Amino acid sequence: MTGAPVTGGSVTGGPTTPPLIAPAADTGTDVAPPVRGRGRWIPYLLLLPGLLWLAVFFVLPMLTVASTSLQEGSLARGYELTWRVANYTDAAQRFAAQFVRAFTFAAASTLLALVVSYPLAYFIAFKAGRWRNVLLLLVIAPFFTSFLIRTLAWKIILSDSGWVVGTFQALGLLPEQGRLLATSVAVIAGLTYNFLPFMTLPLYASLEKIDRSLIEAATDLYASPFTAFWKVTWPLSLPGVVAGTLLTFIPAAGDFVNVRFLGTPSQSMIGNVIESRFLVVLDYPTAAALSFTLMLAILLLVGLYVRRAGTETIV
Amino acid sequence: MTTPQPSEGAELRLIGLTKRFGPVTAVDNLHLQVASGAFIALLGPSGCGKTTTLRMVAGLEDPTAGQILLGDTDLTGLKPYRRPVNTVFQSYALFPHLDIYENVAFGLRRSGVKDVKAQVGQMLELVQLTGFERRRPLQVSGGQAQRVALARALVNHPKMLLLDEPLGALDLKLRREMQLTLKRIQEEVRITFLHVTHDQEEAMTMADTIAVMSSGHIEQLGHPEELYERPRTRFVANFLGQSNLLRTTVSGRNGDLAVLRIADTTVAVPADRVPSSGSEVHVGVRPEKLDLVAADEAVPQGRNALEAVVIDTSFMGTSTQYLVRTGWGQELTVFAQNRHTEVVAPGTLVRLTWRPEHAFVLEADAETPAAPRPAPVP
Repeated sequence: MTGAPVTGGSVTGGPTTPPLIAPAADTGTDVAPPVRGRGRWIPYLLLLPGLLWLAVFFVLPMLTVASTSLQEGSLARGYELTWRVANYTDAAQRFAAQFVRAFTFAAASTLLALVVSYPLAYFIAFKAGRWRNVLLLLVIAPFFTSFLIRTLAWKIILSDSGWVVGTFQALGLLPEQGRLLATSVAVIAGLTYNFLPFMTLPLYASLEKIDRSLIEAATDLYASPFTAFWKVTWPLSLPGVVAGTLLTFIPAAGDFVNVRFLGTPSQSMIGNVIESRFLVVLDYPTAAALSFTLMLAILLLVGLYVRRAGTETIV
Repeated sequence: MTTPQPSEGAELRLIGLTKRFGPVTAVDNLHLQVASGAFIALLGPSGCGKTTTLRMVAGLEDPTAGQILLGDTDLTGLKPYRRPVNTVFQSYALFPHLDIYENVAFGLRRSGVKDVKAQVGQMLELVQLTGFERRRPLQVSGGQAQRVALARALVNHPKMLLLDEPLGALDLKLRREMQLTLKRIQEEVRITFLHVTHDQEEAMTMADTIAVMSSGHIEQLGHPEELYERPRTRFVANFLGQSNLLRTTVSGRNGDLAVLRIADTTVAVPADRVPSSGSEVHVGVRPEKLDLVAADEAVPQGRNALEAVVIDTSFMGTSTQYLVRTGWGQELTVFAQNRHTEVVAPGTLVRLTWRPEHAFVLEADAETPAAPRPAPVP
């Protein structure tokens, strides 16, 4: 690899060689010939379909929603863009409770999903042996049935005459007239259930790739099984924890199906409000303003969370 | 929890140690005694049970039978985190989420030692990694990672250090360097080292005792020189270096020498090396012990001599490797230093001579002596 100057135009544009360095030294900058001609455009061409798709189905609707959120009027009179920012403040004030409930329910179900999924993913990754693939299949098996049907099934499971309520009452966990359906408990349980695979799979993926000899090394260095877990396994599984919580929290915060089937209007989350504003009340500006606020709120929360998690020990 | 104090190691005793994985016996009734402060290598091909033995000492495998004693303590059945031994793992197993400092401090923090900072600093100095404290394991080279792994184990002042093929992942030059570093450190800390390797050169360079293992048991235990010069089994003779094995019949005595017949000639070996029973023995001679001289040259007094024809030569710089065929058709290997003579051409009739005391004797077994495989040129 001696430095015969590259014939062609690329040398002239290159950085000027410091005088102290012998000519051979500048091969370092010129050895890799720049990608020329059509080849240079190929990466952008590959991006094109995705970009077009996003432009049509994400950017355009976004702009429409943004514009709607600043309009005034009614379905009868027609809507007009008046840049009415009050749409936001009014909506936020009126539906603050539903916002808070959405984030509370989402947080609760994310936490529950984590608590349920971690041991499950741990078991599949470390102990399942040849049953590993079967168990993974079982984790995603619910996806073979529609989301709506599964949530409806929960309605039957939690119904007042169902065996769950009966058992809870017999055990004294629920008063004689107590019920599960149409309560916050049912909604959170439904959210947890529906998003469980989104927690389990990333957790499994990050647990599975932990080198077992690291855990052996920890025990060799006087760590008890619990300490080895806490100091080695857990920190190394954090990428999976972050991914899983995001994949659970984000859809859960915007969900309206679980409240619809398992709750009542007094459990309604912001998703239910947006749905009814758009489809029932036909108050498009408020619905659009709420959608935008929800999106920004989630972005903000997720941004803070990822930053926080990112400064932790993520490999 | 015990606070590890600076120690000079402890004597290790393995008594009837056995490990079975299902139908496979990995370690078979193994007995071994390692003196305190010794550097012992378990040497053998893969699958011979050497790593399983180490893992049982570390507590990472439970023995099926037998006992592990370290000094006065019975380690058998003790959890790994309660054993005063530390391990340098084959892939180093450095914690990727902790920096070098925290990696080394890991064991100290678990046992609640006070002056972590001073001890880690001292240990990083010993392995010449001062200044690397804040780097992550993925940001250091293989040789440096190896030294971190060593520091992380040694900082706890274990009674015994276990090394599981610690140099396997390094290139040749680094491996040589680390062999010397390890040896120097062992002499400095005077802890008992148990080193598992399949590399005979590595074992011979570093260890003061080698246990050659094969299919779950120890074939031979001894100093490197002893194992090389006087192997007791065919496995050892061929695993450590190369050997030319000649199948002979005991035919008589001549003073201190035993006279052995092979084909139509005789060779002599020191009589005390020939077992009293049995009439058939194998005589082994290392390729570098054989002198290759012209067939018409006089054989010096007291040397054994065999006639052979050169069939192949390979020039290796400092020496030339000859493949010769004896009158009865056996192929032998000769290493000749390239001092003055020219390379002898294939087809030449030559004479191989050696001193009787340079040969070792193995009891003949049922197998016919296979010609030693030509060694791959290093």
